[in-house]
Amino acid sequence: MKNALVNLVNISKSFDNQMVLDDLNLYIRENEFLTLLGPSGCGKTTTLRILGGFETPDKGQVIFEGRDITNLPPNKRNLNTVFQKYALFPHMTIAENIAFGLKISGKSKSYINDKIKYALKLVNLDGFENRMPDSLSGGQQQRIAIARAIVNEPKLLLLDEPLGALDLKLRQDMQYELIRLKNELGITFIYVTHDQEEALTMSDTIVVMNQGYIQQIGTPESIYNEPENAFVADFIGDSNIIGATMIRDRLVEILGARFDCVDTGFGENKPVDVVIRPEDVELVAPEEGILQGTLIHSIFKGVHYEMEVMANGFEWLVQSTKMVPVGTKVGIKVDPFNIQIMKKPESEDEEAIGVNE
Amino acid sequence: MNRKLLSLPFIFWSAMFVIVPLCMVFYYGLTDKSGAFTFDNILAIATVEHSKALWEALKLSVISTVICLLLAYPLAMILCNMNVNQNSFLVLIFILPMWMNFLLRTLAWQTLLEKTGVINSILSALHLPSLNIINTPYAIVLGMVYNFLPFMVLPLYNVLVKIDKNVINAAYDLGANGAQTFFRIIFPLSLPGMFSGITMVFVPALTTFVISKILGGSKILLIGNVIEQEFTQTGNWNLGSGLSIVLMLFIIFNMVISVITDKEGEANTL
Repeated sequence: MKNALVNLVNISKSFDNQMVLDDLNLYIRENEFLTLLGPSGCGKTTTLRILGGFETPDKGQVIFEGRDITNLPPNKRNLNTVFQKYALFPHMTIAENIAFGLKISGKSKSYINDKIKYALKLVNLDGFENRMPDSLSGGQQQRIAIARAIVNEPKLLLLDEPLGALDLKLRQDMQYELIRLKNELGITFIYVTHDQEEALTMSDTIVVMNQGYIQQIGTPESIYNEPENAFVADFIGDSNIIGATMIRDRLVEILGARFDCVDTGFGENKPVDVVIRPEDVELVAPEEGILQGTLIHSIFKGVHYEMEVMANGFEWLVQSTKMVPVGTKVGIKVDPFNIQIMKKPESEDEEAIGVNE
Repeated sequence: MNRKLLSLPFIFWSAMFVIVPLCMVFYYGLTDKSGAFTFDNILAIATVEHSKALWEALKLSVISTVICLLLAYPLAMILCNMNVNQNSFLVLIFILPMWMNFLLRTLAWQTLLEKTGVINSILSALHLPSLNIINTPYAIVLGMVYNFLPFMVLPLYNVLVKIDKNVINAAYDLGANGAQTFFRIIFPLSLPGMFSGITMVFVPALTTFVISKILGGSKILLIGNVIEQEFTQTGNWNLGSGLSIVLMLFIIFNMVISVITDKEGEANTL
């Protein structure tokens, strides 16, 4: 890859005979905001720790700026990590925390002082030089942890669920803050999270992982709109995942009713999975719908109503801004463009590998 | 019911067995045999015999504390880096001797070290030169280190095990090598445990009379032995109390230093 900053080649890692990563291949472009997204135990944190140098892969290579750094210790790598629970040095002031890396690399006093000022300004915490870490709130500590990492001008910043311990409002603020920081600094970010909303908000590229395998790599839009398998569809946002039969190109039979769609190349009369996002399910008058059903459940969620429609033995999750009373007979319609067809995995192993790529 | 009532047994205990005896020590220490007020008992520390015993006790307890620290620090670090199963086994090995009586353990060392004791029998059977450290300061230091080492290991282990692994990883991540990480992060963060360990070893070592009596014979008199003799043999409670007050001053001095440095250790970097 021409402009790849990092290249992970055939990485495998197991702990106590438990395979955590199996033959993982991934490249990260310069100046990219890449997010490793997946449930706990999917191998995302292990991938990050291998990049940071805190784990050595059993097999495979880590190539950083064209150099093999697989066996290089963390202190020799030109990258920095922001740890999950900040990991500030509790016995040092904020200024000393930020200066730590610069002092180790033997920078001059005036350079260090300038850098401390600059970094604190960057994270909006001017004047915090002489405070102790435990006198700061969680959000402030997180900013200091980021400041401590970026003063060293790393090529690559690794962030391990850095917003996990913050409350919702603060987390959203910090997401915008991180996007701003990344744009101002021009550093490549690799971000680990299990929060799909966080991933969608911030990333240029999302890597969805499960059970040590990459399920899908793509932009937030393509991951959300065109999930390649049921796992990705289920993990990212709410969705209706239904077993169906592909009758022929551009025609799929869902729960006994035939829907037009836009996908081709799945063969004729082949079992498939379809994904339909709840906001893409249109509720119409019964005679206008392709399927008929009864509204069985409705919750007001602020922007929209979240409803469930029982139709042909399946509970359809529907989101709509229009209120429909419970018990109403409704018709279901879906725009052909909003039906996402996925090949059915033939076994559980195949499901984990994400064979649909 | 008033919950404060629950503390009554403790208050009674403290009053009877701590405050009252302490007052008595001060009373006896500051009076002569006729009951008249005097500083003589305290100033008696200046006599050659007493000051030598105090100096000897200070010297041996400082040496023992330093040896305990040097042995305990690496051990505590090894314990911290172990997984739980190995760890609890090693801790068990370590505290096992503490289940035995203190006197018994010290007497066991006497039997081991004696001129015709176990160690020398083995050495002579192997045609090796015999070890003659019984009734010397070496034997006393050995006894102190053996008996008080766990009191150094446990507080050190407690602080070391609480250091967040990611804090150490962060230091590596920011470019520090092993030595830099130890001296800038691990060591300063372990200071509170170190000082409490030092106090817990130094104070009993300074005041012991049993270890010096059993392993030092009657040749080496520590301040603890002098005080003990005043009470049990000479029967001069006034002098014994006076010397006890002097010893107490040293202990309080040590505690004050450790509290002050502890605070600095937490607030300061390096």
